[in-house]
Amino acid sequence: MTTPTIAQRTPLFDRHVAHGARMIEYAGWSMPLQYASIIEEHRHIRSAVGIADISHMGRMRFEGPGAAVFLAELLTRRVADMDEGQVRYSLITNDGGGIIDDVLVGHYHNDYGQPYYVLVVNAANREKVAAWIDAHLSRERAEQFGDEVIWSDVTRLWAMIAVQGPRSVELLQPLVDADLHTMRYYWGVQARILHPAAQRQGGIVTRTGYTGEDGFELSIGASIAPGVWEALLELGKPLDCVPTGIGARNTLRLETGMPLYGHELSEQIDPFQAGLGSVCHLTGYDFPGRDALLEIERQPRRLVRVGLELSGRRVARQEDAILANDKRIGKVTSGTFSPTLEKPIAMGYVPPEFAVPGTGLQIEIRRRPEPARVVQLPFYERKKKGKKK
Amino acid sequence: MTPEDLLYTKTHEWVCVETDESDEKIATVGISAFALELLTDLVYIELPEVGWDVVAGEPFGVIESVKAVSDLCSPVDGEIVDVNERVSDQLETLGNDPYSSGWLVKIKISDESGLADLLDHAAYRSQCKEEQH
Repeated sequence: MTTPTIAQRTPLFDRHVAHGARMIEYAGWSMPLQYASIIEEHRHIRSAVGIADISHMGRMRFEGPGAAVFLAELLTRRVADMDEGQVRYSLITNDGGGIIDDVLVGHYHNDYGQPYYVLVVNAANREKVAAWIDAHLSRERAEQFGDEVIWSDVTRLWAMIAVQGPRSVELLQPLVDADLHTMRYYWGVQARILHPAAQRQGGIVTRTGYTGEDGFELSIGASIAPGVWEALLELGKPLDCVPTGIGARNTLRLETGMPLYGHELSEQIDPFQAGLGSVCHLTGYDFPGRDALLEIERQPRRLVRVGLELSGRRVARQEDAILANDKRIGKVTSGTFSPTLEKPIAMGYVPPEFAVPGTGLQIEIRRRPEPARVVQLPFYERKKKGKKK
Repeated sequence: MTPEDLLYTKTHEWVCVETDESDEKIATVGISAFALELLTDLVYIELPEVGWDVVAGEPFGVIESVKAVSDLCSPVDGEIVDVNERVSDQLETLGNDPYSSGWLVKIKISDESGLADLLDHAAYRSQCKEEQH
């Protein structure tokens, strides 16, 4: 008999239950799927602002003089040239070039001016990435004076709240002492939280997100997270802010064409297939998988990631077969009903000759083929306002 | 139809059994309000055609929401004699009025033994309470 695993709870678990969320197990965590309607939560983020608990995301902190060099040897993206405050999207690849995880790496400094890096990894990959780090961080590197790297998994110590939507600056600005109006996309800073609930603690605020809207991600101590969550909801009332769940997070990221590990990304998929070749810097320095990727880059692609729009109402789901002239050519990795386009959308992998936008294909949904059309990703792109002075 | 007077499957379909003018037993089948609340964000429903045979416990259609697709299961053995086409075009009918204008199919019952397995309203309610936890 197997013992059922008990889902981990984020620091906001009680808040979700109190607000009537439907909780599901997601990547080993008990997370809110939705509070009311997924479509309504999705639309709040597209048109106003919504907040989401993303404390299930794995967070790892690196410090010490060797941190930058070590991370550069781990990630497909350069780290050494990152300015303080900069955030980068990167991959971790295995020796064969397969994707171990997709991550965000951020470079900050604490109140005493000491620099550190934070790696945000997928919840489902946290232990795998930790093991990979341990395997690559040699004892010499960890302990040698001048090269030391100290790293710790801070996932359970820090909560993480996403504040997403066109009104996110309005909502979050009164709560932090950093200037959010001038903060650039993919930048962040360690800031003070200006609310009694924060008990004078600080946190990290970055202009990042997984929704395709303007927005921020706020990392704060676990103990103050429930108070800050409630403060955001209270301040957000006049801004039409709602709490949102994992359900809306998935429909939002899919409309934006962003890949999700376990769907579009896996160790069996290389970055070039996934359309992520641009986040692999293959010259000038080395990381696991670099030589394999140099070779893969030269080879013709067998499969590539595409976006698909369906004309019917039936929704394609992960593992559904993609057909061309009744022949199976690939499969769906994610599918949902797009609340913005009001039709089913999907992503999947097909041979390059079928990847041209406009190509007519079919997706086999419950044994019946449904017409689908290859479209350019993303499915949805927000209209960017003119830059503020 | 009032929810209190209906019978329910464990899979959340409601059933109302009536005798028609030619003395045939007809089961009207729909989805419970509890199930609709769980599903939320409906995008699609697939219903059978008149004349199809259905089997108790087996799917006669599917209902799809943003996040998942679920089978609609027949409470009885029999033949589909009527289908509420209106709900396919107006899924909101289901949520607004699940026990009346939101009915899905009418089945001419060929074997009544399946009816014995159905839950009354009180038993169904306690099952739903358990599922909520």
